[in-house]
Formats: sequence, C-alpha cells, structure tokens
Amino acid sequence: MAMLLAGGQGTRLGDLTSQLAKPAVPFGGKYRIIDFSLSNCMHSGIDTVGVLTQYEPHILNSYVGNGRAWDLDRNYGGAAVLPPYVGKDGGKWYKGTANAVYQNIHYIDHYNPEFVLILSGDHIYKMDYRKLLKYHIEKGAQVSIAVIEVPWQEAGRFGIMVTNSEGKIVEFEEKPQFPKSNLASMGVYLFNWKLLRQYLVQDEKNSGSSNDFGKDIIPKMLKDKNKIYAYQFSGYWKDVGTVQSFWEAHMDLLEDEPAFELDDPDWRIFTGDANHPPQYIAPEANIKNSLINEGSWIYGNICHSVISHIVYVGKNSFIKDSVIMPNVTIGNNVTIEHAIIASNTIIESGKKIAPLKANEVRLYSCPQTMEETDIKEVL
Amino acid sequence: MTNVLGVINLINEKPILKELTLHRCLASVPFGGRYRFIDFVLSNFIHAEISQVAVFTKDNGRSVLDHLGSGKEWDLDRHNGGLFILPPVSDDAKLRGDIQGFYDHREFFERTSADLVIISPGHQVSKLDVAALLEFHEKTQADITIVYREYDGDPIQKPNYHQVTVDKKGNILDIDMFTAPQKGDCVCLETYVLPKSLLMDLIQTCYENGEVDFLKDAIKANVHKYNIKAFNHKGNMIFIHSMNSFHAANMALLNPDTIRAFFYEDWEVYTKIKHEPPTKYGQAARVTNSFIANGCDIEGTVENSIIFRGVKIKKGAVVKNSIVMQKTEVEDDAVLENVIADKQVAVTQHKVVVGTPSHPKVLRKKEII
Repeated sequence: MAMLLAGGQGTRLGDLTSQLAKPAVPFGGKYRIIDFSLSNCMHSGIDTVGVLTQYEPHILNSYVGNGRAWDLDRNYGGAAVLPPYVGKDGGKWYKGTANAVYQNIHYIDHYNPEFVLILSGDHIYKMDYRKLLKYHIEKGAQVSIAVIEVPWQEAGRFGIMVTNSEGKIVEFEEKPQFPKSNLASMGVYLFNWKLLRQYLVQDEKNSGSSNDFGKDIIPKMLKDKNKIYAYQFSGYWKDVGTVQSFWEAHMDLLEDEPAFELDDPDWRIFTGDANHPPQYIAPEANIKNSLINEGSWIYGNICHSVISHIVYVGKNSFIKDSVIMPNVTIGNNVTIEHAIIASNTIIESGKKIAPLKANEVRLYSCPQTMEETDIKEVL
Repeated sequence: MTNVLGVINLINEKPILKELTLHRCLASVPFGGRYRFIDFVLSNFIHAEISQVAVFTKDNGRSVLDHLGSGKEWDLDRHNGGLFILPPVSDDAKLRGDIQGFYDHREFFERTSADLVIISPGHQVSKLDVAALLEFHEKTQADITIVYREYDGDPIQKPNYHQVTVDKKGNILDIDMFTAPQKGDCVCLETYVLPKSLLMDLIQTCYENGEVDFLKDAIKANVHKYNIKAFNHKGNMIFIHSMNSFHAANMALLNPDTIRAFFYEDWEVYTKIKHEPPTKYGQAARVTNSFIANGCDIEGTVENSIIFRGVKIKKGAVVKNSIVMQKTEVEDDAVLENVIADKQVAVTQHKVVVGTPSHPKVLRKKEII
C-alpha cells in the first residue's frame, strides 16, 4: 500500500497555491500534479492509497474522492483521503511528514501491509513501483529510497544520497552546500512497515524532532545501521515546486520527442475532471508547437505554449513560451510571453504580460472570483 | 417529482447512414468530435433528474454496451435505478419490432418503481428540455404526450419521417407515417410520455393482436381513443437523415453559436471519458476553423473539419471540410476533402480522397487507403 503526502502548501509556487494545495495545482493543460503519482500507483498495481491532506484540502479532497478516476474505488482498500482528525485524546495538525503518517498508524495497521510506500504528491514522473519493490526484496533491504542522478551544480537543492558500490546508502545529506554525490532523493520511500512503525513511534516521543522523513526518520535509521538502499531510477522526474521548474516542466512537454510523453498508451495519466467539449479553433487562429486541451476557444496565435481547458484566447492575441491554466479568459490584442497565467484570471484586451527581467518566468494571477456571466460576455 | 423511467428505444432505428452503421447501431454513430448520438438523449434525461434509464437494443449492440459501460459518465451507476441494458430475448428473426422487445421485458416494467415512462429514440442530436416536457404532460393531464418539431432541416429525399396533425388546442388528430416533410411540417420525434400502466396495457393488447410497431399499432391506432397531446420541441436540434445531412450537421458545429447552444448552454452533454492527453500541434501545423478533440497529433493542415480523439495528421497532409473519427491516421502529404473517415482508417502517404459537400466520400472503419 502507499501513503501519499499531499498536505504541503508549496509556498514557492506563489499565487498558484494561495487557495489550493500544491498537489491539486493544475498541470499539463489537463491534469493536476497529484494525477501523476496516483496514475503511477494505478499502473503499479497498488490498490490501497492513503492521501494525507492538510493545507487547503477542499478541492483536493473532493477531487480525489473515492479514487474512481484511478480505479481506486475498491471494496477493500482503494483511495482514502486522510486529513488530520480528532480522537478521544484530542487531535493535532500534522506537524511534519512523518507525523502525518504516525497519526494514521491505525489506518495502515488495518491493512497490515508488509511494505509501505511513502510518496509525495508534487513530482512529475512515470515510475513502476513494482520494480522498486523487486529491488527492495532482492537486496534484502529494510528501506529503499528511489534516487535519480541530477546535474552536480543542482545537487545542493536536493536530499543527496552517498552510496557504496552495492547501492547501500552510507550517508544522507539534506541540501548540502558541497555535495559528495549527485544522487538525489525523489521523495519515494519503500519501508518495511514493522520497522517504520517502530521509528515513527520513537520519533513522536522525541520532542526535539521535526517529525520529517528526510530530516529525522532517515538520518536516524541510517545512524542505527539499518539496511537502506538506493534504487536508481532512470527516466523523467521533475520537482515542480518552484515557478521556474513548474514552467520548465511544461516546456519539456513541448519538445519534439519529449522526455516525458503524455501520449503513452501503456502509461496513461488519469485525471478526475475530463468532460469538456472539443476545442474550437477559429478561422483566424494560428497554432504552432503547442498542447491544447478540450474546452478551449482559440482565436489568436499560440506558439510553444500549453493551453488548459476552458481557456478563451481572443483575436490578434499572441501567446508564446507560456502556460495558461484552466478557466482563463484572454481578450483581443494581448501579448503574453514567458509567463504562467494562473487559473480563473481574466486578461483584458490590449494587455502585455512579459517577464520583468530576461530569462525569468512571470507568474500572473488575478485572484478574483469570476462570475459566470463575465465569461459568457467575453465569449 | 414523479418517478420517471427513461426508455431509449434502439429497436426500430431508421435505415440511414448505412456505411457508418455496418458495425454499430445508429445510436452509437460518432458525432461532434467526441460524442455519440446516444449521449444527447442520455444527457437530456439526466438533466431532467431521471435516474433510471433502460436501453432496448436490437442487434449490433456491442458498441452501445462498450460506450455506456456501467453508466457512470452519466451518473447512472446507482443502487436505486441506474442504467439497464435490455437486449432482445427472442431470436433476432423473431424480434418483430419494438412491441416484441417491450413485451419480452414486461417484467422489467413491472418491477420498476416508476409511474411515468418517457420513450425516445437514441439517435437525435437534440437538446430536448425533458423537465419542461414532463411538466407539460402533467399540466395538460394528457394520457399520452408526443413530442414534435416543425421541420427545419435540409430537404429530404427518402420518406422516413412521421408527421403529426395537431389541432389548435394541441391535440394530436392523426399521424402520417413514412413521409418526407417540408419546412414547417410537424415531424413526430418518436418521443412519448405516458403512464407505465397505460404503456403496459398497450403492449399487452398489441402483442396479443400480433401487432409489432409501437407508433403504428399502439399510438396511431388509438389516436382517437386516448387524450394525446402534442409538445412542440423548440430547443436546439439538428435533423440527420442522410450522409450529407450528417456531414452538414457536423459542419454546423464550426459556428461558435452552435457549439455554445449544444455543449455549453443549459446543460452539458456527457460522454465516455477516454483520458486522452491534450492535443499536440506541431511546428508545421496549420489549423483553422475546426473543432478538435483531445489526444490528436497534428503536423499538417486542417481546415473546416471535425477531428475526433486520437487522430494523427502527419506533415504535409491536408484535411479540408472533413469529419475524421477516432484514431484515424492521415499520413504524409495525403489529402482528404469532403470526406467522412470512420474510426481507425489509415490514409497512406500521398493518397488523395475527395468528395463533395452533397456527396461526401465515406471511408469505412479500419479501411486502408
């Protein structure tokens, strides 16, 4: 079974997460970030997934629902949304990632699994967790952590694993200034449940702990000489925790031969909200090198951009190297370059949106509630 | 609200769109980029909060079964009511008309908790306000309400519509079967509202008399016996009666007002979800005035066309005034003009297929050109 950590706020995504948990942020024109992890679970044959939510959970909770979109509507197991709750001894907010799992020990015990997979709901990747499990069993590991090679100059942004020749982790550094390795943790942990349970209980008693997997649990397990192995993943993996990386991940989708292919019949990405009429492309439209979702109306020029559902782009508008999130109305003669337009934004005719500095990405949002009448008027 | 059962009657479908109904029934002919005809009637029912729907199939039921599944896309996966698919019980040869089909499943009608039944065909591209229809039926205290529409479609060659004669008070005086209506004539939309008890009586009597056709033998024959009212459907609808009217109905969706009228205003049209990714437009793509579903990969030129889910249009290919259905591939430098390509057609490199608006060229399912 899997526990998916989806409670994070994602402050570095700015206005994209002002009223929305990071995993629920729309991605790729059609999806939400959490779809990728849930689709991985589905394709890996994991049929019990606890989704831990806390920050702005309403949309996320109703979105995951009973997990129907990912075939997780099961008689036994299936998807369960797990926000913090109150028991007979009171209740507490989730203090950290480890505490969130700790507070749901009874949920996991109910299924009495041999292994528990801990996932974070904010990465874009396709991974067959069965291969990780196979590796875990072959190595006789107690913990396996999925790692990926990152460029040396970026290694300082990640949790870095130093391994011996057999793949056993000998050292773990969280965001090191001088990294000794370029193997970054992907935020995918496979634990023997009995061992993890023991450490979670122990960690909870330690008042000095921040109750975090990366900062507390893993270093403590390493110190106690548990068998922790690194499973090296080779494939596309992207942390979309910053505006820049969120934008880059979208631009990656637009490559001729994208490293991350959405159109993969063997590994479909499933999503909850998908009933929109086809896209209307007007006689004056011009679209090059772009991804466009259903439910959009294009009258303008789109170049190297991702356009989500229920987006209207007016005449003579020009959109380049940009990401337009759902429910956005763009008037006529608008220019948008190198930008992310947040959901539910209206951009009036004639406006120009571009980064303030070269090579930057502009995140543009106008956090107003959009009345339905407004949309119809513009349409 | 009264407990209503929706019946979609696929037993005596019109023999139209032959090339598109070789492997499927008329109700499951693809339409409008990602829909099938039957989605319209289902969505109309759901919008009127009808939560039990029975689909009577004849043959070629597989595509309908596959499309409807558990009915979850229409919120019809219910404990109470939900979707029922009722295939023929007797041998096809024995299945003479819809009276037989209904009779064979009379136990289903007995068991359902509904008091009122609405019967509709499965192939009409129509946004019928079913809630208003049911209210009309109740208010007029009719025994039977028949839905009609003043004909506003293209000229018809083949007489396969039925017309109603309506008096000033909205009573139906007579039904003329197999006519070719002119503009303004009152066309019977073969959509009826009646109490379940009356429906069951009619079926029983007709069956015992060896009669076969619900409209002719149960309704027309009793037109003076019962209080039959006419409901004028003034909402959006496109009459489809031939391959060129099918082509024209699809092309009508290239008008933004029509798109809004059918897919955005009042209520949505639900269909089976395919989880295709957004459509990818390549560097050389030139797409104008088109209605395009997801999961397509477009490298070529597309003009005035309806493109269904998962279609590939390669470099140099030109698709004009055409309807290209699911998973069809148009290879490099091929040309389609005024063509209706069914699902999974392969048009190989440099092939040119040209029809005319009045005689669109139809490529059959899985055909390789």
